[in-house]
Amino acid sequence: MKTENQKAWFFVLPVLVLVAFNALIPMMTVVNYSVQETFGDNVFFWQGLDWFEQILRSDRFHAALGRQFLFTFLILIIEVPLGIIIALAMPRKGFWVPVCLVTMALPMLIPWNVVGAMWNIFTLPDIGLLGYFLNHVLGVSYDMTQNPLAAWVTIVTMDVWHWTSLVVLLAYAGLVSIPDAYYQAAKIDGASNWAVFRFIQLPKMKTVLTIAILLRFMDSFNIYTEPFVLTGGGPGNSTTLLSIDLVKIALGQFDLGPAAAMSLIYFAITLLVSWLFYTLMTKDDLN
Amino acid sequence: MQKRSIIPIVYILFLMLPIYWLVAMSFKTTNEILSGFSLFPQTFTLENYVTIFTDPTWYWGYINSILYVSINTVISVAVALPAAYAFSRYRFLGDKQLFFWLLTNRMAPAAVFALPFFQLYSAVGIFDTHLAVALAHCLFNIPLAVWILEGFMGGIPKELDETAYVDGYSFPRFFGTIFIPSIKAGVGVAAFFCFMFSWVELLLAKTLTAVAAKPIAATMTKTASSAGYELGLLAAAGTLTIIPGAIVIWFVRNYIAKGFAMGRV
Repeated sequence: MKTENQKAWFFVLPVLVLVAFNALIPMMTVVNYSVQETFGDNVFFWQGLDWFEQILRSDRFHAALGRQFLFTFLILIIEVPLGIIIALAMPRKGFWVPVCLVTMALPMLIPWNVVGAMWNIFTLPDIGLLGYFLNHVLGVSYDMTQNPLAAWVTIVTMDVWHWTSLVVLLAYAGLVSIPDAYYQAAKIDGASNWAVFRFIQLPKMKTVLTIAILLRFMDSFNIYTEPFVLTGGGPGNSTTLLSIDLVKIALGQFDLGPAAAMSLIYFAITLLVSWLFYTLMTKDDLN
Repeated sequence: MQKRSIIPIVYILFLMLPIYWLVAMSFKTTNEILSGFSLFPQTFTLENYVTIFTDPTWYWGYINSILYVSINTVISVAVALPAAYAFSRYRFLGDKQLFFWLLTNRMAPAAVFALPFFQLYSAVGIFDTHLAVALAHCLFNIPLAVWILEGFMGGIPKELDETAYVDGYSFPRFFGTIFIPSIKAGVGVAAFFCFMFSWVELLLAKTLTAVAAKPIAATMTKTASSAGYELGLLAAAGTLTIIPGAIVIWFVRNYIAKGFAMGRV
């Protein structure tokens, strides 16, 4: 059991100061903007909750939010099962384990805009490897600057390429923690592969998979740089996800009020969903 | 057993293809890239790399990135260690709420904070310094480091602490000479994650710098837009950004799986 000790606050203080400096002050600025109107020159007028109402009713926000949920849904439904399948098929010991782990983790260590630029080069219709292969070998007409569907397939594939390894590594960490005795017992009982997965491997992976889903949710819901570099939100608005739209409003049009209100709504949604996952996760920790 | 290994092999091939293409492009001349498709570089050239290593605006981008990433990693791990210890060993007023609040900062979209960060760091007077980016990245790296370290510390039995105190160790001496060495792996993994997320982040790094501390990734976006289509140069710069990550990951390869699970397996 943990002992009660209020002096522990002193240990936490440096963290608290640094994070609060970075989190609270900018957050207050955002809150400030969200309730005011400005015409520049640092002159502000009280606006109340008008911006929030305007954003919540705007079709543009609904469309971006819809695209965002679709994107995150696709990411979770593809990456989580795929990650589990790959983790199950990975070797458990020997020379190939570190090779697999290092090569798989590599995409995650590439700066996000380089990921976007790399996929741009990879998919250029006439000179990219994938683009050339699709257009000139398979004869599929593929150009993501023209075709919204191609753009969507590309950003989802890019994210699968970029982040499936996170799920793989987490699931793998769960799998290697299962003692051999469990498998031996299952073998004696004559359990099928599916039964082993369902009753031994899946329960052991539950905590790490919750972490995986939580992280993948947060990061895919907040994604900005990679799709921005790759498609710029286009063609048209077809791949304008929430963050891209937000930056367009804030820095492109300099509509600070609406952008701030949108930021807060956006943050609130992320927070709410993440909180649900977090409660699920800590409930597991207690058992 | 052999049939199964097809799956990871295919997956790794899929991961390597875009990277191969980037590297291949970096050895091609601009003429060759624009004249059409070629699977391997026909006229192998190092010109793109020579440009990067001789032009200060390019190589300073790398130095800047490595500087602020290192500063950030040191700060994050240093302040996260005592905090993680407190969370793992003690109950105190508001501990659970504080822990969750820390995690919420990992959830905030960077796009939300870009403009306020610019204003805040300009007001404090450290805009366009390495310290500014390093401090800004603390927003999401400190919570992560605390989370990981707390997971690893949870695996160390409390008896270790008690035995040390009985033996007459003071807290700082116990913490520095016994406790930290016993969670070495955790410290390594936490540092790795701080490095990783600070290295890959661009939005804040770009917002908080202009000239003096500009990260390599921002130099790249500028090239991509201003100089037209210098794909070979862009590919070479991109290839070079993969190398630090690859080096760092090799050092933590044995702990990486556990690290990704935040020590919770």
